[in-house]
Amino acid sequence: MQMRQVSQSARSIEPPLLNQEILAVDRVSLSFGGVKALSNVSFSVKEGSITSVIGPNGAGKTSLFNSISGFYKPSEGDVRFLGENVNKITAPERAERGMARTFQNIALFKGMTVLDNIKLGRHAHLKTNVLDALFYFGRARREECELRREIEERIIDFLEIDHIRNQSVANLSYGLQKRVELARALAMQPKILLLDEPVAGMNREETEDMARFILDVKEEWGVTVLMVEHDMGLVMDLSDHVVCLNFGKVITEGLPGDVQAHPDVISAYLGSGDVAALRKKFKEGK
Amino acid sequence: MDWLFFSEIGLAGVGSGGLYALTGLALVLIYKATRVVNMAIGEILMFGAYVFMGFSAGLALPMWAAIPLAILVTGLMGGVIERLIIRPMLGESAISIFMVTIGLGSVLVGLVEIIWGANPQRLVEFMPSDPIFIGEAYLSSKVGYAFAIAAVVLGLFLIVFRTWRGGVALRATAGDQAAAYSMGINVPGVFSSVWVITAMISAGAGILVGSIGGISPNMGVYGLSVLVVVIVGGLDSLLGALIAGVLVGIIETYAGAYLGGEYKMLATFCLLVLVLVVRPYGLFGTHEIERL
Amino acid sequence: MRIGTAKENYLHDAALFDTNVQRAWMVALAAALLVLPFISGQYIGYLVCLVLINIVSTTGLNILTGFTGLVSLGQAAFMGVGAYTVAILEINAGTPFLLNLLIAGGAASLVGVVVGLPSLRVKGLYLAIATIAASVILHFVFANWTSVTGGVSGLTMPPASIFGFELVQPNQVYWIIMPITVVMLFGAANLFRTRIGRAFIAIRDRDISAEVLGIRLLRYKLLSFAISSFYAGVAGGLWAYFFRVITPESFPLMMSIFFLAAIIVGGMGSILGGILGAVFMTMVPEILKMMVGVLSPIWPDAVAVMSPVRIIVFGGLIIFFLIFEPDGLAEIWRNIRRFFHLWPFRT
Repeated sequence: MQMRQVSQSARSIEPPLLNQEILAVDRVSLSFGGVKALSNVSFSVKEGSITSVIGPNGAGKTSLFNSISGFYKPSEGDVRFLGENVNKITAPERAERGMARTFQNIALFKGMTVLDNIKLGRHAHLKTNVLDALFYFGRARREECELRREIEERIIDFLEIDHIRNQSVANLSYGLQKRVELARALAMQPKILLLDEPVAGMNREETEDMARFILDVKEEWGVTVLMVEHDMGLVMDLSDHVVCLNFGKVITEGLPGDVQAHPDVISAYLGSGDVAALRKKFKEGK
Repeated sequence: MDWLFFSEIGLAGVGSGGLYALTGLALVLIYKATRVVNMAIGEILMFGAYVFMGFSAGLALPMWAAIPLAILVTGLMGGVIERLIIRPMLGESAISIFMVTIGLGSVLVGLVEIIWGANPQRLVEFMPSDPIFIGEAYLSSKVGYAFAIAAVVLGLFLIVFRTWRGGVALRATAGDQAAAYSMGINVPGVFSSVWVITAMISAGAGILVGSIGGISPNMGVYGLSVLVVVIVGGLDSLLGALIAGVLVGIIETYAGAYLGGEYKMLATFCLLVLVLVVRPYGLFGTHEIERL
Repeated sequence: MRIGTAKENYLHDAALFDTNVQRAWMVALAAALLVLPFISGQYIGYLVCLVLINIVSTTGLNILTGFTGLVSLGQAAFMGVGAYTVAILEINAGTPFLLNLLIAGGAASLVGVVVGLPSLRVKGLYLAIATIAASVILHFVFANWTSVTGGVSGLTMPPASIFGFELVQPNQVYWIIMPITVVMLFGAANLFRTRIGRAFIAIRDRDISAEVLGIRLLRYKLLSFAISSFYAGVAGGLWAYFFRVITPESFPLMMSIFFLAAIIVGGMGSILGGILGAVFMTMVPEILKMMVGVLSPIWPDAVAVMSPVRIIVFGGLIIFFLIFEPDGLAEIWRNIRRFFHLWPFRT
């Protein structure tokens, strides 16, 4: 048991192969009826990086996440994960292959404690079958114990949530819930972590904690991060690569600084149009 | 094959389908406004029929008084039910409310058995009994009149629902309760009135159904067929309830006539299974898009 | 948090009964279960067996409805499948009862999986209604497949036997029913300490996000149906050994509502709740009977009113608990326990 423990941690601390693409979104389009949520979106995520997707509300960021994690089927284009085209692969299988995500409107399971929520994340990697489970002998017991130890030592300690492990998630503050969601995603043994607005609605302090966790996940766990976030401070500080989306299209991508200064990005956020011309139009009586 | 018999059965099927459509309409109406599938619809219908029996046979009131009174009393009961047990469940999951209505159904059966006894009874005759012939095909007058009455009520109701302000309020409530409430629509009021109206419709249907086949506390089983009707038609589609009502009526009557009475329920529920497999949200129901 | 319960390792922390007091109570309960048939009369023995059978079936339904969130009104019909299987095996093959019960569970769980198949595409109310369809169709099969099920007159079967000794009286059949109930209860409790139970709860709470977290929805919904109807099938088999006459009317839709009421009253999503609910709901008619016995000298109609009152009480309990105590008796029990643990302090 101890041996396996060590080898497992050793594997995830291996230095990531930099510059290798782990996830590629290739000309993905998604439409609901007549509405095109995404059109021809392409970008890629390098292994070991933090990539952020930004864009105004309704730009299609969450739709993009849903297409990547397999909840929506893109109408055109491919999603490649670890070099494999995952278009035909269902969401649970993508999770098994190492895609973990958190949700914009927290999706914790209200009927379970924090600990069980986190344990649930490991689901796809556990082997217990019905008979093991009913009798709770041998494999089930061993697996549960091992899982518990690993979660306690690697995740609960790391995210500093040991004081709430036995609480029901329904009673937690928003910030803590987000942290538990991150914990659950980490329990999934991810190769890539998709974070949908990890700090939305958090105060300064909680945001800083979360930023630290995200950085640690990348550096200590060697997990690639792809996130959607509106907090520009956080995006600019953490990201290695930024993709800006508007009206379902990629406007620009590149280093954080470049994206921030890009005129299209500014107009997407602040609105376009010549203010002086508009004012003149108003004065002339429409 | 005897075509005359075949078409007579078909007519009878359409006739009983009219009653299914009427009761199905009540079920759809509740669902549209409150997102509740009322499992007690058959029992409310039964209750209405028994109240009618109480007024017509028990108190020996004339028909013109007994029918409206029975409908009113059942409507009142619908209001009381809404106020006492549905209102406190506002905001609970649809499944919980579904189970509450199952409980309600069994309470109603028990009440009826206590008040009127468990034995099947016959209703006082109030429809002309000369048979109706359509072409050569014979149709029992009761079924024919019941169908005509159901069709008129349905027609009136659809017109009112489309044009009257209350109909709009109801549709708004169906769309989004919270939003409707903040627009000044009296959502609890809508709930109450929907329960009252549907109880009244069911009572009317109950009187018609009872006068064709007699009444008994087991009559609530009728509600199961109505359930099939609305699932086949689509839970939130009035048009679906009409079409599926007639469809279920026809299938059930044919199964009963050609295979035997015990096949009626079987045929209905096989239709249900088929629809669930092929078109899970019914012929005309809307499938809501899920969001993460 | 309770004091005096420090754990030394994770295994202890995950134990089902984590305090010495709890363990002591369990030992006492076990002793009581072992002594019971020797001291109880016919009537008590009959009641205890009935309660135990209902506990098995209720627990099964609780796995499906309370833990996985799939409402089913087919539990009684699944029990019927189990009961008929046992009866047919016992009459025609004369195989040992344990094997018969296992096959009964297996048969019921196959049927359950077929009924659960629509959960691939529909959920919530639609699924509940599909289970009603199953129960109507199964009833039809029981009543009309005369060559196998004996039609409306049903089947009469020989009693179970161990080493040639026939178990006829309730206090004898008890020795089959009790151990199996205990084993199945532990099984259910264990299930929710593992990934399978967690997956069920996740599906109940938010199935679409569970899917993105790696849970194959269809597989687990069907598994839940399979386990739940396995419990129903075994319960039905026990029922068959207990009554030994099976007719299509033995398992009406009303009985499914009974089990639904039991998990609502006891507490959905709680093993203890299933037990409490089954005990409570089985005792209600008996208590009513007793009241009728007391009342009938004064009020001669009491006997006639008994059956409708029973139906009203069933329905009324469902409504009452859903409105006032949705977590059921299990929650009330927990509150009482908390009160005594913390006494004289208040929570």
